[in-house]
Amino acid sequence: MSRRVRLALKGVVWGVCLVPLATLVYWFARDDLTANPISFVTTTLGDWTLRILLASLAMTPIRLVLGVSWPITLRRLLGLFAFFYVCLHGSVWIVLDFFFDWPRMWEDILKRPYITMGMLGLLSLIPLAATSTAGMIKRLGARRWRRLHRLAYLAGVAGSIHFLWLAKVGRTDQYWYVATLALLLAIRLGDVALRAVRRRRERRGARVATASIRMP
Amino acid sequence: MLISRAPRFTSNDITDAKHYLTRREWMLGAAALTLLPGESAAATPQGEPLKAARNDAQSLREPATKFESATTYNNFYEFGVNKPDPARLAHTLKPRPWTVRVDGLVHKPKTHDIDDLLRLSPLEERVYALRCVEGWSMIIPWIGFPLASLLKRAEPTGQAKYAEFTTLLDPSQFPGQRSSLFGFSLDWPYTEGLRLDEALHPLTLLTVGMYGQVLPNQNGAPVRVVVPWKYGFKSAKSIVRIRLTSEQPATAWNKAAPQEYGFYSNVNPAVDHPRWSQATERRIGEFRRRPTLPFNGYADQVAPLYASLDLKKYY
Ligand code: HEM
Repeated sequence: MSRRVRLALKGVVWGVCLVPLATLVYWFARDDLTANPISFVTTTLGDWTLRILLASLAMTPIRLVLGVSWPITLRRLLGLFAFFYVCLHGSVWIVLDFFFDWPRMWEDILKRPYITMGMLGLLSLIPLAATSTAGMIKRLGARRWRRLHRLAYLAGVAGSIHFLWLAKVGRTDQYWYVATLALLLAIRLGDVALRAVRRRRERRGARVATASIRMP
Repeated sequence: MLISRAPRFTSNDITDAKHYLTRREWMLGAAALTLLPGESAAATPQGEPLKAARNDAQSLREPATKFESATTYNNFYEFGVNKPDPARLAHTLKPRPWTVRVDGLVHKPKTHDIDDLLRLSPLEERVYALRCVEGWSMIIPWIGFPLASLLKRAEPTGQAKYAEFTTLLDPSQFPGQRSSLFGFSLDWPYTEGLRLDEALHPLTLLTVGMYGQVLPNQNGAPVRVVVPWKYGFKSAKSIVRIRLTSEQPATAWNKAAPQEYGFYSNVNPAVDHPRWSQATERRIGEFRRRPTLPFNGYADQVAPLYASLDLKKYY
């Protein structure tokens, strides 16, 4: 794929990922953040954290299913945007919800399972954001880096459980996110299984081949 | 900057119609006044006016929540689960003609036409705090009369121990009652319940209006109860039936999630919801959370009702 196309795709991701934030700022300026602005901002940022995180997790499965390589160029950017949104989402909680009341926040993290899960999601994204530069990929080695970055799935699972646990009775949109995550995981696991089978077959093929050579 | 969008309503008097204006209307009004002297400043909420004398003894001295907030940020699952749904879909509800049946363990069961009900007893305005179980609160000037006036007319029998309230069941008027993809959780029609002594308590208001006008559809038109010391969902809306029973009635939220929504559901900062703390609340229009008061600030009037009850067990 040409460099121009890659840049264009990245531009699209930048644009799409900044729209939710820009919309919030616009609504803020128009005094249109509903009667409970803090709750509205928290939930909007939470929704977009999960959407963008799932989008980043969807890149590899899309490549596997469609056999195209361009999604991989967007994976890291989407992951960084997910981290950006979860930082904003968490900051609203720290600043606007608890106003730096650390003891009560700590209590809330321990006491509310949904906050514990959210924190797990945020924490598992930190090492990924920290190692997202080309230099770090080189330093870690591609293999170790790839393995570390499977943590993104942990973040996805934690974020989805966080949503499942905080959603009130009667809500249903959380199930769409969970279903999406399950589908993405299924594709990846299916791919792992498929490759294992193929490798075994190849090895067997190789053994048969060696055996036939040894036979005089 | 954020603070400016959460005005704190410091000095204004609550009776003042100014309170019912939004900040934007205020600014528009102020702009209009400077630019076009003589023109009327800002629109007051349209709605049929409803006259009622203020009951000062039963009114908080705090400024009311903006009318716009009280009518656009609602939990009324019959319209939908999201806060803006009730205001958006309110037009689907037809509050006339309407009747309310009072029956069960009473000597004189009766079906009241809504317009007769409005004349049953003198209407009062009462400024109450409303605390939602989700952790936010409002101050609302309701209009109505004590539910006791209605119930006493029906002459409860000696066996009557509870009152059960039923909300209208009609998916054509309440889109939220239609079945959805994942199946719905609340068992329609919405029912709520009070112990009879709670229902007869002078604070319990049979409510037909707010902010000087007829109750908007999204707030439970044409008639609802308001029980200010309990979480908001205990105050049933758009009521078609009040039945007195000897057994504790099953209630909609309690059936859906018994460990989260108890029958009593008195506002209690010491008993957390399983998923969040109830120690504090966000008053709509304010920036910081404030502490939640036992019985939502009505402890001196209602705590005696629960003298012998373990409030941690009967949450
Ligand atoms: C990967 C990490 C996370 C993801 C994907 C995520 C996602 C979400 C989502 C989807 C919602 C629901 C929004 C809605 O109601 O529509 C939400 C709500 C919320 N999240 Fe997170 N979140 C994450 C981390 C966190 C963290 C670290 C915190 C705070 C410490 C947090 C605090 C909250 C709070 C307070 C709410 C609002 C709950 C309510 O409605 O009362 N989240 N989050």
